[in-house]
Amino acid sequence: MLQTNQLLRFTTAGSVDDGKSTLIGRLLYDSKSIFEDQLDAVLKTSKRRGKAEVDLALFTDGLRDERKQGITIDVAYRYFTTPKRKFIIADTPGHVQYTRNMVTGASLANAAIILIDARKGVIEQTRRHTYIASLLGIGHILVCVNKMDLVDFQESVFNEVVDEFEAMSSKMLIRDVQYIPISALLGDNVVERSSNMDWYDGSPLLHTLETLHLSSDINKINTRFPVQTIIRPNTDFRGYAGRLASGILRLGDEIVALPSGFQSRIKEIWGPTGKLEEAFAPMSITLTLDEELDISRGDLIARVNNQPQCVQEFDAMLCWLGNQTAKPGTKYDILHTTNMQKALIHKMIYKFDVQKLERNQSDLSLNMNDIARVQMRTTRPLMTDSFQENHQTGSFVLVENASNNTVAAGLVL
Amino acid sequence: MSKYYLNYLDELEAEAIYILREVDALFQNPVILFSGGKDSILTTQLARKAFQPGKIPFPLLHVDTGHNFPETIEFRDKLVRELAVELIVGSVQRSIDEGRATEERGLHASRNELQIVTLLDTLESEGIDCAIGGGRRDEEKARAKERIFSHRDAFGQWDPKNQRPELWNLFNAHHQPGEHFRVFPISNWTEMDVWNYILREQIELPSLYFAHKRQVIYRQKSWIPYSEYIQLRSDEKVVEKQIRFRTLGDITITGGIESEADTLEKIVLEVAAMRQTERGNRSDDKRSDSSMEDRKRQGYF
Repeated sequence: MLQTNQLLRFTTAGSVDDGKSTLIGRLLYDSKSIFEDQLDAVLKTSKRRGKAEVDLALFTDGLRDERKQGITIDVAYRYFTTPKRKFIIADTPGHVQYTRNMVTGASLANAAIILIDARKGVIEQTRRHTYIASLLGIGHILVCVNKMDLVDFQESVFNEVVDEFEAMSSKMLIRDVQYIPISALLGDNVVERSSNMDWYDGSPLLHTLETLHLSSDINKINTRFPVQTIIRPNTDFRGYAGRLASGILRLGDEIVALPSGFQSRIKEIWGPTGKLEEAFAPMSITLTLDEELDISRGDLIARVNNQPQCVQEFDAMLCWLGNQTAKPGTKYDILHTTNMQKALIHKMIYKFDVQKLERNQSDLSLNMNDIARVQMRTTRPLMTDSFQENHQTGSFVLVENASNNTVAAGLVL
Repeated sequence: MSKYYLNYLDELEAEAIYILREVDALFQNPVILFSGGKDSILTTQLARKAFQPGKIPFPLLHVDTGHNFPETIEFRDKLVRELAVELIVGSVQRSIDEGRATEERGLHASRNELQIVTLLDTLESEGIDCAIGGGRRDEEKARAKERIFSHRDAFGQWDPKNQRPELWNLFNAHHQPGEHFRVFPISNWTEMDVWNYILREQIELPSLYFAHKRQVIYRQKSWIPYSEYIQLRSDEKVVEKQIRFRTLGDITITGGIESEADTLEKIVLEVAAMRQTERGNRSDDKRSDSSMEDRKRQGYF
């Protein structure tokens, strides 16, 4: 692989019968990412279940219970590499009750593949998946209209689905959508161009994934450096270690430490291989400053003339992940960048119905898989940007104290 | 003019360093599980980078089956000296002597399962709240769903159906006393990524990874090193072959492959052309299709 090759993370969403596992199996198989012994194991199982051909879906079934039930129940990660890119797939299940898994899988994705059965068109689940992808700010949406073989590869069927999708998503915030007619089962337009659909002049799915423009996905304007830990091997060296969440830092830059407001200049930048002149997101670095400031984990370093908000009260969209109903007014631990504070849901504003794509103000109880707009309050200030502007400083999770479980994912508005 | 994006290896490196620093900040008493294999060596080298110019703030924990390759122990001791880190050794032999573990019998006997007892005992007696491992999600089906911060209950068990959601880079390390975490900084690396990075960084590895001549027997489709711990079956013969190992574990179950690859460059080319997963040569994984999942539930690495 070339030294310049980038990493692309994408998520896949589809309902049980959309052929999602088959599509991933096809990508892995056709890009030669399946090893002989894995293929042997899958061939054996396929045969035992009375299937004549390799069941591609078996490549992605992980845990034993799922293999028995034949459904995917949790986010699973898959890897494959082409001469152009390394790919990480967050493979998420599509059932109604698994909005929480979709949100999890989508949280780091650069792109989302939305699978639509050509015979069924846009259904409720398509709406939900697309909404979540737009809510989580996924930069690129690839709509794969699957099972084209079952509709005789007709262009008119494909166009109808595209129109339906356009109408459905017109109110959502989506930067980039592409439509690809495929047959995951037969391989049409997955890795190889289909000879059955000459009317389609776009690229096959893999080529599209290989060429998506990624460099603008990370915010390079607003410099934010959440401090993770202090490195202090001796009294002469005090380094602030962390991963640059966004933006760029150079030697001599004037910085401010928040929430204290102390200012200083960058003296040294240590990267993985030694000292650097400049660093950019998402590099893991260690900074030293001209002055020794009292900075600790959870503080944030920014430029003096470009600072995040320091807030204790803010509006957010919350995706509820926990088993227990949310309890407004109860304290949760909030994890935000490297900061941890106490927080509570101060006010429920509305629930968002992801099936109908409309607000619901009559029932405000927040249960697993619900999404709601709320007002949050924290015991100490958080240094935030809106999620739309900055995924790193605009995201948080809530942890329930009794169970220590992660019960909510939040997006700062 | 600079280009402001990372290539895939730099991005994986940055992610691993971030995870290791989170461990340092969120746990009282973490260790790196060190087997002497390439993944644990890589994890240790990433920890060196994460905390430079300081030293690695965690001890290395080696679970010693007593059935080691001598080369592994030599390498381990040298690395510990160079990095000036503490080494904790958990001994499977001691677990057996104390009656905490029972030696398997028969031709395929190995001490692989017994490591679970020794590992969990050592974590408990040392008060360890986080064990950093070199596990990767591409290794095996059960691993593909494991979180980067993976919770273990007070019995050291993993509950795959009840894992905490893991979003963005926000890791929830909350736990009760007596529970611990396994953390996997190289979860997102593939075998190929590991080799490409080792080549790029010129990371030193035990000689076992490079092609060498060795006395071996052919068992379960791979070349098992002949050692004092091996019982020969009547139809088995000891032969000399030019082999190398793709993974390193207990000497009794780690199979080698015939190979000419005696440099890192040649290994990378060989791995790229290879059509078998690396665990394909581990007889512990061949017992059943779910054997890794079963061992992981109980507390395996």
